[in-house]
Amino acid sequence: MLNGITIGQYFPGDSLLHRMDPRVKLVLTFVYIFAVFIPQNWIGLALAVGFLVFSVAVSRLPVKLVLKSVKPIIPLIIFTSALNIFYVSEGVHLFDWGFIHITTQGLVTAAFIGIRILSLIAGSSLLTYTTSPTTLTDALERLMKPLKVVHLNVHELAMMMTIALRFIPTLVEETDKIMSAQKARGADMESGGLMQRVRALIPILIPLFVSSFRRAYELATAMECRCYRGGEGRTRMKQLHMNGMDGVCIAVLAVLVAGLFVLNFVIPAAL
Amino acid sequence: MDIITARDVRFVYDNGEPEPGAAPQDPILVLDGVSLAVRQGEFLALLGHNGSGKSTLAKHFNAMLLPTGGQILVRDMDTADEDQKYEIRRTVGMVLQNPDNQLVSTIVEEDVAFGPENLGVEPAEIRRRVDDALKTVGMYEYRAHAPHKLSGGQKQRVAIAGILAMQPDCLVLDEPTAMLDPQGRREVLDTVSRLNKERGMTVVLITHYMEEAARADRVVVMDDGHIRMEGTPREVFSQVEALRAIELDVPQPTELCFELRRRGVPLPDGILTAEECAQAISLFMEEPLCR
Repeated sequence: MLNGITIGQYFPGDSLLHRMDPRVKLVLTFVYIFAVFIPQNWIGLALAVGFLVFSVAVSRLPVKLVLKSVKPIIPLIIFTSALNIFYVSEGVHLFDWGFIHITTQGLVTAAFIGIRILSLIAGSSLLTYTTSPTTLTDALERLMKPLKVVHLNVHELAMMMTIALRFIPTLVEETDKIMSAQKARGADMESGGLMQRVRALIPILIPLFVSSFRRAYELATAMECRCYRGGEGRTRMKQLHMNGMDGVCIAVLAVLVAGLFVLNFVIPAAL
Repeated sequence: MDIITARDVRFVYDNGEPEPGAAPQDPILVLDGVSLAVRQGEFLALLGHNGSGKSTLAKHFNAMLLPTGGQILVRDMDTADEDQKYEIRRTVGMVLQNPDNQLVSTIVEEDVAFGPENLGVEPAEIRRRVDDALKTVGMYEYRAHAPHKLSGGQKQRVAIAGILAMQPDCLVLDEPTAMLDPQGRREVLDTVSRLNKERGMTVVLITHYMEEAARADRVVVMDDGHIRMEGTPREVFSQVEALRAIELDVPQPTELCFELRRRGVPLPDGILTAEECAQAISLFMEEPLCR
């Protein structure tokens, strides 16, 4: 029942996006998320969405996959859009009933918000689809290095993330085993009300916790046997290198951001 | 030349403060005056049933535990010397029982790189060592795989590669096959004996499987915190009754020959493998025909 879980949603490939330096990719994704909120007019928004479509094409990921990433947040989009439709009272009134006013301006704002959230989610899922979790952790560790100044132990955070990613499948497997074992002893997990089902989880969670602690202890022993002593004086096998292509990607996004700002001045705002 | 020297090692396992109201528990003496030398290039099997102190002794070899009394020397380094701790752990690499709980990374090759990364080795050199170690254990084709998708034997081989990448002088394996199926056990044991034969790697194998101990150069039998027997597998396993007295079995072929001999069949002493056993029996069967 738990076998369908995929972690990090990484989709291996060899496209330009896959080969990009993960640090650059991470920063550019954040820049793009902000960039989506720059345009105040339709042309600018179309440009931002166009850039995303172009990126998906470059990544050679199945379009279905990207659409699937957006699916879970559709209710959120509908909710925010609806809120905007009723909240905005400027513009031509199309429908009035009591305190409810639907205006042209409200519809435009709703559409803008909806499209922005969609691009934001699709853009960030593009990052996790084209970057393996380990590489992403690695990039995070290196990008956050300056935070050492404020005594944040970035290395330990990254190590924790790596270990968590490593052990999720192991613990999922273990949960399956414990569930089978409890079912074999007559545990009933499929019937009853909400409270009863939650209570049925207790005999699964307790053994799982106990075994996790035992695993943690053994892992710590193994890590010590392999001379682990924190991030101090540690080297990495895989070095991250930026190349010309990363520079081009940075330039392209910079042009996009600049273009969006310029468009805001040239074309009257739709909002 | 000795890699590891244990001199009169005593280890007391302290139960800590007794609970209020409970009777104070006596500290448990796990090791009681153990002296042992591990020689360069040998394949040593450390045998004993559960609770005999064999794993505790192994954990002393790389400074994971420090002796309560006595001394452990790794080359010339005292394990009690805090400054030498990491050099000792590099020199004496340790593989543990559960393959799942000793792999750190989500990708095989990155896991193998973990040790040398901790030692601060140059990236290019780490790459070389990782490839070399993975080829040695026959897991090179799996370098980009996720560890949780491998079989138990494969995982344990990756764990061995992770230790080899630190370039240790001695490999200590603490019941590495206890959680594996027969296929995995064979894979791991073949890898270990190949390392010993072809690379001259010093191996200390802690086990309670007699068949595994029979492949070693020297067997040390522990019981109740003491070393009870020591010698070649032939010497040790010929003492069937003494082994049974400390709740250990002998390899099945040895046991068969022992029982046959006891019933008057003149078979030679110290038979270890099924082939030797078959040969000895067929030789005995042919004898009357020759007469």
